[in-house]
Amino acid sequence: MEEALLRAVLFGTPILLASLGALLSERGGVVNLGVEGMMALAALAAFAVGLEAHPVLGVLAGVGVGSLLGLFLGVFAVSLRANQFVAGLALAALGLGASGLLGKRYEGVPLPNPLPEGVLAALALALAFGLHLLFFRTRFGLYLRSVGENPKAADLFGVSVDGVRYGALALGGGLIGMAGAYLSLAYRPSWTDGMTSGLGWVAIALVILAAWQPLRAVFGAYLFGLLFFLQFRLQGSVPIPSEAFAAMPYLLVILVLALSGRARAPKALGQPFDRGR
Amino acid sequence: MRWELEPNPTRGKVLGAYALFLLLALFLLGLIFLAYGVPPLKAYALLFSPLTDTLGLAEVARRTIPLLLIGSGLALAFRVGFFNIGAEGQLLLGAVGAAYVALFLPPGPWTLPLMFLLGGSLGAVWVGIAAWLRVRFGANEILTTLMQNYLAYYLVVYLVAGPWKGRQVFGFLYTDRFPPEAQLPRLGDTLVHWPTLVLGIAAALLLQTLLFRTPLGFEWRILGENPKAARYLGLKQGRLLLLAALSSGLLAGLSGVGEVAGIHLRLLEPAQISLGYGFTAILVAWLARGRPLGVLLTAPLLGLVLAGGDALKLALSMPFRVVDVVAGLLLLSFIGAEALSRHRLVWRR
Repeated sequence: MEEALLRAVLFGTPILLASLGALLSERGGVVNLGVEGMMALAALAAFAVGLEAHPVLGVLAGVGVGSLLGLFLGVFAVSLRANQFVAGLALAALGLGASGLLGKRYEGVPLPNPLPEGVLAALALALAFGLHLLFFRTRFGLYLRSVGENPKAADLFGVSVDGVRYGALALGGGLIGMAGAYLSLAYRPSWTDGMTSGLGWVAIALVILAAWQPLRAVFGAYLFGLLFFLQFRLQGSVPIPSEAFAAMPYLLVILVLALSGRARAPKALGQPFDRGR
Repeated sequence: MRWELEPNPTRGKVLGAYALFLLLALFLLGLIFLAYGVPPLKAYALLFSPLTDTLGLAEVARRTIPLLLIGSGLALAFRVGFFNIGAEGQLLLGAVGAAYVALFLPPGPWTLPLMFLLGGSLGAVWVGIAAWLRVRFGANEILTTLMQNYLAYYLVVYLVAGPWKGRQVFGFLYTDRFPPEAQLPRLGDTLVHWPTLVLGIAAALLLQTLLFRTPLGFEWRILGENPKAARYLGLKQGRLLLLAALSSGLLAGLSGVGEVAGIHLRLLEPAQISLGYGFTAILVAWLARGRPLGVLLTAPLLGLVLAGGDALKLALSMPFRVVDVVAGLLLLSFIGAEALSRHRLVWRR
């Protein structure tokens, strides 16, 4: 029982981190569908730096790469006012592709000194509380929420809509990058192509389930973690094909989306902001 | 200094924006090639190498077929406002339907039509679930269709590793070979299964006509461009959306039939049935700007990218993931250029 809860938390941690990252930019009105690719590229960068230098520097590299990719998405989603959904999907493909290509030389190389999972898991939990405070107790949080709900009004009050959105994408990208670093430096201290295995998409769905609240995301992430644990545990001990277990998380995401489909999203979510309009 | 909307950009500015972004994409791609350890010019030459001989052109054509079918359906679905990202899964379901008919029903002249019928229907049913969830519960179809891709993937893995595993195959994960009645004719020695190609061209023409020459198409376009207006006009939004979604799923299903009946002649592992056609077709449809007929141009273009990726893989043993990189960069440069040409910089506050 205790083991189950521990594994649930440890497996829920990358989902939580990535989900917080996506949530942060969505609160500011920018949908980030690139999570899966950002996580993969950050995981690779973290592993490479962790191997050549030190795992702690690896985490920093993962966070940095995640932030840069968030800003990169911002060029399209914020400055160019392009379709955010398409830009995100393109970034997901680019990140997955580039990480598969550039990571080929690291396939199967073990990491001699992995990071302890527990430390990063605790950090993720603290970050969830931190985000809650950021959203509801700080001026930046107020700006962020107003930019996500009514960018026109925020603009009239002198808030730089684009600036806040870039900030949210950079911070959120950092969290997504940390999720990738956790995978390649702590959870499975190695690099394999496709090691994010759909967690990025689970994280995006979790944002909706959590109704854009960081603290609810914690419970959602650990719930998914528990389900993943049960999947591993039950595999082989019951007469159900292993493919059915492997497919379970994805089925669950669909159920979650159906159940929380009409949850209230930030009003300006997915809409580019043009002052002249 | 600020960014302003420019409703009617000049043709020169539009072309300039596209040229700029394509160059940027090529530059970034070159950097990635360099980081991988391949001279960029050599990689580019290989990427375009399929254009230099008939065999290469046949490879491009073969990959154009599924892109044509899926792309024209997606162009319609995107236009109407249904973001079907699950064509990959619908293609796999189509392949499953085709394999069922080929392997378990008595063969005869009816086999091929029946394969297309069942495969197409399964593709439509598969996307129909996501469309229904969106209309009934408001579930975001980008995520549901994407998740369904994984479900379809594991369904096919289960079938080829379990109940449908061939009797004459030992270590491999695939079914027995389809009987001759379930195999599509090809052009000469190539892998171009021409009946599916004809089907793809017909689909693009048909959807273009439907969209621009019929009352149904008119309602579709209103719904896509202005959902509010559609509501005031009393259009049956749910039904319109469902119909567009089902059409795209049907066509993706048909493409899956073509792949197994025209090329592989058996059901095998999902990654071998489709080289990411479902995702690449999103690009095809987006590049065609919601015009099914435009797909006749953009599908071969992406077919070239896929064939070129294959050449890179063979010549430099580069992971096939390179195709994702090229596709992602192309898509980004396209939407970037589109956005840039619609705006201008103004030097005042």
